[in-house]
Amino acid sequence: MKGLTRLLVISTALALLSTGVSLAADSMLQVKGSDTLINMVQKLAEEYMAKKPGASIAVTGGGSGTGIAGLVNKKCDIANASRGIKSSEVDDANKKGVDPKRVVVAIDALSIVVNTRNPLSQLTVEQIGKIYRGEVKNWNEIGGSDMAVSLYGRQSNSGTYDFMKENVMFGEYSPNLKSMNGNAQIIEAIKQDISGIGYVGVGYAKESAGIKVLEVAVKPGSKYYSPFNSIDVKSGRYPITRPLNQYLNGTPKGLARDFILFELSPTGQAIVEKEGFFAIPDEYQNYNNETLGRSGQIGESPMRPEDLLTNPGAG
Amino acid sequence: MTNRTKIKDAVIKNIFLLNGVLVVAVLIGIFVLLVMTSIPAFREIKLSQFLFSASWNPTANFVVPSYGILSMIVSTFMVSVGALIIAIPLGIGTAAYLSDVASQRVREIAKPIIEILAGIPSVVIGFLGIVLVGPFIARVFHLPNGLNALNGSILLAVMALPTIISLSEDALKSVPKSYQEASLALGATHWQTIMKVKLPAAISGIIAATMLGMGRAVGETMTVLMATGCSIAMPSSFLNSVQTMTATIAIELGEVPYNTTHYYALFGIGLVLFIITFIINMTADIVLRKYQRVLK
Repeated sequence: MKGLTRLLVISTALALLSTGVSLAADSMLQVKGSDTLINMVQKLAEEYMAKKPGASIAVTGGGSGTGIAGLVNKKCDIANASRGIKSSEVDDANKKGVDPKRVVVAIDALSIVVNTRNPLSQLTVEQIGKIYRGEVKNWNEIGGSDMAVSLYGRQSNSGTYDFMKENVMFGEYSPNLKSMNGNAQIIEAIKQDISGIGYVGVGYAKESAGIKVLEVAVKPGSKYYSPFNSIDVKSGRYPITRPLNQYLNGTPKGLARDFILFELSPTGQAIVEKEGFFAIPDEYQNYNNETLGRSGQIGESPMRPEDLLTNPGAG
Repeated sequence: MTNRTKIKDAVIKNIFLLNGVLVVAVLIGIFVLLVMTSIPAFREIKLSQFLFSASWNPTANFVVPSYGILSMIVSTFMVSVGALIIAIPLGIGTAAYLSDVASQRVREIAKPIIEILAGIPSVVIGFLGIVLVGPFIARVFHLPNGLNALNGSILLAVMALPTIISLSEDALKSVPKSYQEASLALGATHWQTIMKVKLPAAISGIIAATMLGMGRAVGETMTVLMATGCSIAMPSSFLNSVQTMTATIAIELGEVPYNTTHYYALFGIGLVLFIITFIINMTADIVLRKYQRVLK
């Protein structure tokens, strides 16, 4: 109970804080949500603040669900989300007078990681689904060595948790899933666990000591692709790509708009790539221009970005 | 007494009364809130299913959502009873050492250190569970990872120790000196005196101390959330990953849409947890009272 009380006290304090923030909305932004986006957006915010003295942007995590709940309850200005907003969340937002608008700031290739001592280096989407649904219990069932699979995933407040379920697994997680608190914890766990498998945003999947990033194919027989190859990811040949989103209340104005424009600018997108994620293709720039109420300046594709990506569920 | 001191007296008395009433009101308020907010959950979930089914998946969208908390209750008890099994011998041993064996000087150094142990933030202990205890367990038991109930038990034992040590030491100290003198005079050794006279005489105080330690273990959140692996499956051994009731609330309350069955069900877990800790603390209190009466 003690922990919960502490949680309540902290959240009350934060609530009070954010009320103060919205009063001074022009010089301070609260950004909250996905743990996949947090490092990248923090970096973007730092660079932006270095350019615009006086502007102040606070970036916190908690998961996509937490970020969107924050936007709906007017506790933050921008919600980072590694999944699309759910229709139930839109309804809830509309009821509270919030009009969620989406901006795509980067492309992520969801990376499947295992320990370097695991001999496997490739999996199909179907195999990943079977593993996480708990249908494959031993690595030798899919051509690996004889050891039980330990599943590492994210907690249910994570957008990545939902994304996996809806776009890769098409089913429910095995109850044996270990729910980790953030991408970094999954990486730490996999480093130590020879039988482990985990999923993280590509920005966290750097080939470091103990970590092997798998190549993924759509189905048996088709070609395997690496999440590090920018061309394969942007073209959607790497099968599990997704847009990383930011949600705002209505068409952004003032500081929020300026910050978003910075994120989408060549400088901002260069930071995105430096953080290990991928810059957004023109189609998404057009989509964003629509959200921001700018006329299309980059290309004139009549297609909506939703039609172009293999994963409409992410939109 | 002058009139003024009388008024002052009455005012201060009422302030203290108000404080007391406030604490009770907060307690009742929490209880009422938990009951009121969890009632809607039981319009949709059968109570028997909630308590005795081990399948918890409220965010399911490919199957029907399920709200069974049995595996969490089992996990919570596994982790806290495991903690007690480790902490009781260590705690009572330390208490006996401090009250009967240690010199004044050692006691003066050791007691504050034990109290500092109680002040270590739970998140730090959880961190140690990930980087230190976890890999150690994995090596000893030849497991791929050490994020399991045993890890949680060890960490909670560390956290329950200060409570158990200081309350047990108090209990041992309040055993009348004459007991010890009589035992020694009959030719018993120091060891026999501690084991056969002092510990039995202080047993109810020691039981109360362990109950309070258990209350702390059951309610602990951050440490177990970090160290036990958080897997919702029904555990079959101490080397399985488990997810306690507290961890579930902490993980899921942040994102749950308000006024949904899932939201109410989380409050339901809170209510069950409240009742469990209430019973534990109540028992500790009754035992403690009994022992105070006996020694008077």
